[in-house]
Amino acid sequence: MKFLKYNFKEQTNAAPLAVFRLFFGLMMFASIVRFWANGWIEKLYLEPKMFFSYYGFSWIKPIGNYTYLLFVICGLSALFIAVGYKYRLAIITFFLSFTYIELMDKTTYLNHYYFITIISFVLIFLPANATFSIDNLFKKKKYINIPKWTIDIIKILLGIVYFYAGLAKLNSDWLFRAMPLKIWLPSKYDLPLIGNNFMQQEWFHFAMSWSGMLYDLSIPFLLLYKRTRIFAFVLVVIFHVFTRVLFPIGMFPFIMIVSTLIFFDAKFHQKIIDFIKNFLSKLSFRAQSRNLKLINNYNFSTNKRKLFIPFLSLFLIIQLVLPFRYLLYPGELFWTEEGYRFSWRVMLMEKAGMTNFKVVDTKTGRFFMVDNKDFLTTFQEKQMSFQPDFILEYAHFLGDHFKSQGHKNIAIFAESYVALNGRLSTRYIDSKVDLYQQKESFKHKDWIIPFSSNIKITGL
Amino acid sequence: MIKKVHILFIFVATIFVSCSSSTSEEEEEIVVDNFDRGAMLTNIADNIIIPAYTDFSTKMTALKSAGETFTETPNQTNLENLRSSWLVAYKTWQYLEVFNFGKAEEIQYSFYMNVYPLTVLDVETNISNGSYDLTSVNNQDAQGFPAIDYLLYGVADSDVTIIEKYTTDENSEGYKNYLTDVLNQMTTLTEQVFIDWSSYRNEFVSSTSNTATSAVNILVNDYVYYYEKGLRANKFGIPAGVFSSTALPEKVEAYYSRIYSKELALEALVAVEALFKGNHYNSSTAGVGFDDYLIDIEREDISTSIINQIEVARTQINTLNSDFYEQINTNDIAILKAYDELQKVVVLLKVDMLQAFNISVDYVDADGD
Repeated sequence: MKFLKYNFKEQTNAAPLAVFRLFFGLMMFASIVRFWANGWIEKLYLEPKMFFSYYGFSWIKPIGNYTYLLFVICGLSALFIAVGYKYRLAIITFFLSFTYIELMDKTTYLNHYYFITIISFVLIFLPANATFSIDNLFKKKKYINIPKWTIDIIKILLGIVYFYAGLAKLNSDWLFRAMPLKIWLPSKYDLPLIGNNFMQQEWFHFAMSWSGMLYDLSIPFLLLYKRTRIFAFVLVVIFHVFTRVLFPIGMFPFIMIVSTLIFFDAKFHQKIIDFIKNFLSKLSFRAQSRNLKLINNYNFSTNKRKLFIPFLSLFLIIQLVLPFRYLLYPGELFWTEEGYRFSWRVMLMEKAGMTNFKVVDTKTGRFFMVDNKDFLTTFQEKQMSFQPDFILEYAHFLGDHFKSQGHKNIAIFAESYVALNGRLSTRYIDSKVDLYQQKESFKHKDWIIPFSSNIKITGL
Repeated sequence: MIKKVHILFIFVATIFVSCSSSTSEEEEEIVVDNFDRGAMLTNIADNIIIPAYTDFSTKMTALKSAGETFTETPNQTNLENLRSSWLVAYKTWQYLEVFNFGKAEEIQYSFYMNVYPLTVLDVETNISNGSYDLTSVNNQDAQGFPAIDYLLYGVADSDVTIIEKYTTDENSEGYKNYLTDVLNQMTTLTEQVFIDWSSYRNEFVSSTSNTATSAVNILVNDYVYYYEKGLRANKFGIPAGVFSSTALPEKVEAYYSRIYSKELALEALVAVEALFKGNHYNSSTAGVGFDDYLIDIEREDISTSIINQIEVARTQINTLNSDFYEQINTNDIAILKAYDELQKVVVLLKVDMLQAFNISVDYVDADGD
């Protein structure tokens, strides 16, 4: 029972959270700059003619050329977070602008963007500017210690990402068919050194599948336990670098590597702070730290404590429960994707599809097929083709579009085929169901043809 | 502890540096793994592409000289000879349209050879003006095989009146010049692409990596694209009205000669299947093709499905009238059925085969997770 007694008043050194804040801010700034430099703002948010919305968020859309301004605000707030200047305002601005960007089009959904949204939301409530921040200089005080739970909550969130990614791998495709690695790894035949040999071997695909699963499930605990921590961190680096080499996953590996530093103790983080301070003073940035009033413990006001702790506890519980919502739906999760997102199912399946739409005049029986390229970018078409909520939203978009063009008695039918993890493609959407009459909801979509492959997936 | 921290720092720093630089390497090496992509490319280049170009180049020369004979002496015999040279070349063209890379892509070869429907107004305006620039993008739909089709079958109602266009018509010189210019343009472009293959060949067969710009990926992507657009949509779907509220039979290939649309479509299907199997050009000798690639990565099921489905489509096409225009006007259900069977092959190629090859696609460059 001792385990369950958590002391919310226990204090710990503020350095780890400050360093986390610094690196998080810098990483976010770099991500925004990279996104812009790659031309993705234009490509993903300005060029498309329509955008796919999350259920209930269809009012959030790119705002034309002001979308650039949104990225400027997001990037600047990330810098403010890094240096700890007007921290609370900066992190709120960052959370709102970043989340807005993510909600603009779900085509670009990535688990790691969701991770950033969650972390930045929680950071709003944490005293990450208690030390080593510009706010210290302006307020002329800094704190040595902060409540220990404010660091633990970050560790828990990181732990959830890994552990749940591991749980998701406990399925027959991943473990007993080495899917999708068996498809992905051999295609990296052009990698130096390992491309021609290891990548082509079946035992290697299985070894990677199993070690990936074991890594995800165990790494949070190896990081928590002091004696295995350095070993665990080396594993973290190797794992993420390996995935970075293999897959186009952008900044995510770097963000995770830097984030896991929070598991190290305060001395380590103090070293980092001292190192940076040293460096800054050499550049003759002499912070007026002598005038700062040193305060031992940072304490939340009683009101804040009474509000924050239950609220964040509830938030954590939601995080723990949400990935299991798929159990409420019938059918194969990987096939229907009902309850798939926001659950740390990372690089878990190779799924591709082709979905074309038939616009029918129900009175005359006349019909024509839509050329998806008229309305969607190739990226959007690819994502739309195998995800039912995209298919439904697009069907409604098409119905509304052709209605506004003067077509009458419109019905929209999908010709859809999807292939999953190395099985032959099969029909995905019931081609006799008029999707224009179907409404989006959290209910099961019964017009998805059940997963009919003779190789079933079973998992947790 | 301090030492450990330093080691950790150096470790992380090294990783970061090596990691960021690893993505910028663009050297292309010849890669050989279980499946020899180089062998596949070599087979396709040496036994399919180059022989097909050689053959086509000869046929284009013959077509051009038949054109010269006709414009010198426009009579029934020379008209018929020219028409048959045209058909022979047009059928061989069906083997080449898919290869839209290298020089062909650079000069937009296929856009000058076979864009249909032809814009007759442009052709007639060009002829009556007497001045035109066939290298202009605006004239892509006023030249190539469809223009010859029009000039030999469509300018008037009967053979007699067609020949009159080149003899007694007040602008007969204009018609003769246009025919000559279109043929010259086709021959010139063909020679450019054909000659370039002798130097491009080595670059092509050694470009085996899995990047968006490597020959393997471009070939596979172009193949799927051609099948979907050039064959399925252009020859069947668009004229049958799949993409429009009403059928558009005047958009069939070789519309003016009427009777060759099916023959050309079947030829294209033969070409597509032969390339899939790696069969040597105009021969039943099998070489390394996409089917062997699939078998090598243990997806013989996909290969078998594709070959079977092509056969189903062919059977359906064989039931059609040799004149698709007529077929669409009398019974478009039959050609829509052929379209549906062809469409099933698209699914197998685009979803199953591309997924199995796990080809790096050229259009999606956002992050994955």
